[in-house]
Amino acid sequence: MSALFFQYLMAGLTYGMIYAVVGMGFNIIYNATGVINFAQGEFVMLGGMIAVTLVAYLPLPLAIVLAVLATMVVGALVELLFIRWLTSPSVLRMIIITVGVSILIREAALLIWGQNVRALPYFTGTEITSLSIGGARVSPQVVWTLAACSALVALTTAFFRWSSAGKQMRACASNRVAASLCGLPTRNLITASFVLSAGMGALAGCVVSPITYTQYNIGTGLAIKGFTVAILGGLGSSLAAVTAGLVLGVFEAFAVSVLPSAYKDAVSIALLLAILFLRPTGLFAARVAYRP
Amino acid sequence: MLTVRTLDVAYGAITVLRGVSLHVKAGEVVAIVGANGAGKTTLLKAVTGLVHPTRGDIWLGGSSILSTGTAGIVAAGCSLVPEGRQIFGDLSVRDNLLLGGYVQYRRGKAAEVDADLKRVLDMFPILGKRSSQLGGTLSGGEQQMLAIGRALMARPTLLMLDEPSMGLAPLIVKEIFEVISRISKAGCTVLLVEQNARGALKIASRGYVLETGRIVLEGSAEDLLASSEMQRAYLGRDVNVDSERGTP
Repeated sequence: MSALFFQYLMAGLTYGMIYAVVGMGFNIIYNATGVINFAQGEFVMLGGMIAVTLVAYLPLPLAIVLAVLATMVVGALVELLFIRWLTSPSVLRMIIITVGVSILIREAALLIWGQNVRALPYFTGTEITSLSIGGARVSPQVVWTLAACSALVALTTAFFRWSSAGKQMRACASNRVAASLCGLPTRNLITASFVLSAGMGALAGCVVSPITYTQYNIGTGLAIKGFTVAILGGLGSSLAAVTAGLVLGVFEAFAVSVLPSAYKDAVSIALLLAILFLRPTGLFAARVAYRP
Repeated sequence: MLTVRTLDVAYGAITVLRGVSLHVKAGEVVAIVGANGAGKTTLLKAVTGLVHPTRGDIWLGGSSILSTGTAGIVAAGCSLVPEGRQIFGDLSVRDNLLLGGYVQYRRGKAAEVDADLKRVLDMFPILGKRSSQLGGTLSGGEQQMLAIGRALMARPTLLMLDEPSMGLAPLIVKEIFEVISRISKAGCTVLLVEQNARGALKIASRGYVLETGRIVLEGSAEDLLASSEMQRAYLGRDVNVDSERGTP
């Protein structure tokens, strides 16, 4: 029983970490612009798909680095082409634009890669290699995913807390008018937030692809999960998003242990609705995010 | 230093400023007074490029800044302490000030930022004591000092302040006006927008009165303080406000 418990827990944590990274991606852009970027899931898909294509010609680490960089370029293009030229856009309009962009990227991916399900090779070992942790059999890729996502979360947090560019982005998020009155290049900082969040999504997409596989349309599902996590944690807070991501992942994993697995998505959407009805500021938020 | 010529600003169909012309010479303290909704804040926003005028021109130090953009105007030496202070609430006091010094990096004078920080902290010792606290935890007066300090970090030649006395206790208001005098004596040109006409005109050399988007009076600060129209429209009411606030 405890081995089974651990098995579910590890599965839950793995998915939870991915949700957490997507949720953090939402937060980075939300903080800088006040917009929920519904193309966030597409960044994860692009990272995985590009890496799978490149790995045929290049060593795996190089393929991943290039895939992440390529997705960052896509992130920058999304901002430059669709968001930047709006002079005083309403938030609703920007959100609808991101939904449009997500459809655009998804259909482009369908044209380029077709409907085939793809996956990167396992980083170490193969599909049948497994480590024994607490009696549960765990794929080494799970360890890779947990490690990579934890590192990503830690690096992002450190970036925003200590680096000067991170502080500038926080200033832009905190008060955009005041930031421009300090002479900060607010528009470029917003582009940077798209680049950063695209890169995070892409890396998560690469790391998780051997376990979850990747296909042109996985973005939508991930966007909904990431959105749930961002709302669950309270929009704007990164560490809360990570906690919420892990909670959602584990919750889902244990839900499928008692419910048919087809209900997995229903469980998380039910959770999203419950949070929106009962506690729209999120589980951990002590105050409503202030947006002037 | 600053010249505004026949400026019109409209928000959609609503015209907020009509044909406003004014100038600020180097070294002056100029006050713009007027009631709520007269267009004072809009005027400062237009000068800093935050709103775009529909007609007229704005010159700063010999060139038009209509298409310069906010960051460029700040880099050109014109800083605004905005209405309601607008500090970065979830960043530390020190980080707020350092972000104010960002344009010094742009000008290639990053080496001077540390000395500037020390100068500002000497000017406002309370900010030194609170330097690792989050900006949002400061009191209103401390936040106002932080906002002024942040603007000074950009080394402006023209400092504009929008209602720096708003919502502050009388003693703090007095302190803020003293600080503005000191900044002016240190060689910085000041454009001060205030509803508290008496306090502003006391430290100003010249003043303009803005009413429903038009300049209705202008002159030296003494003349304005003495003018009967000012007495009736603004100072009379200010006396009441002052007595509520308890300032002399």
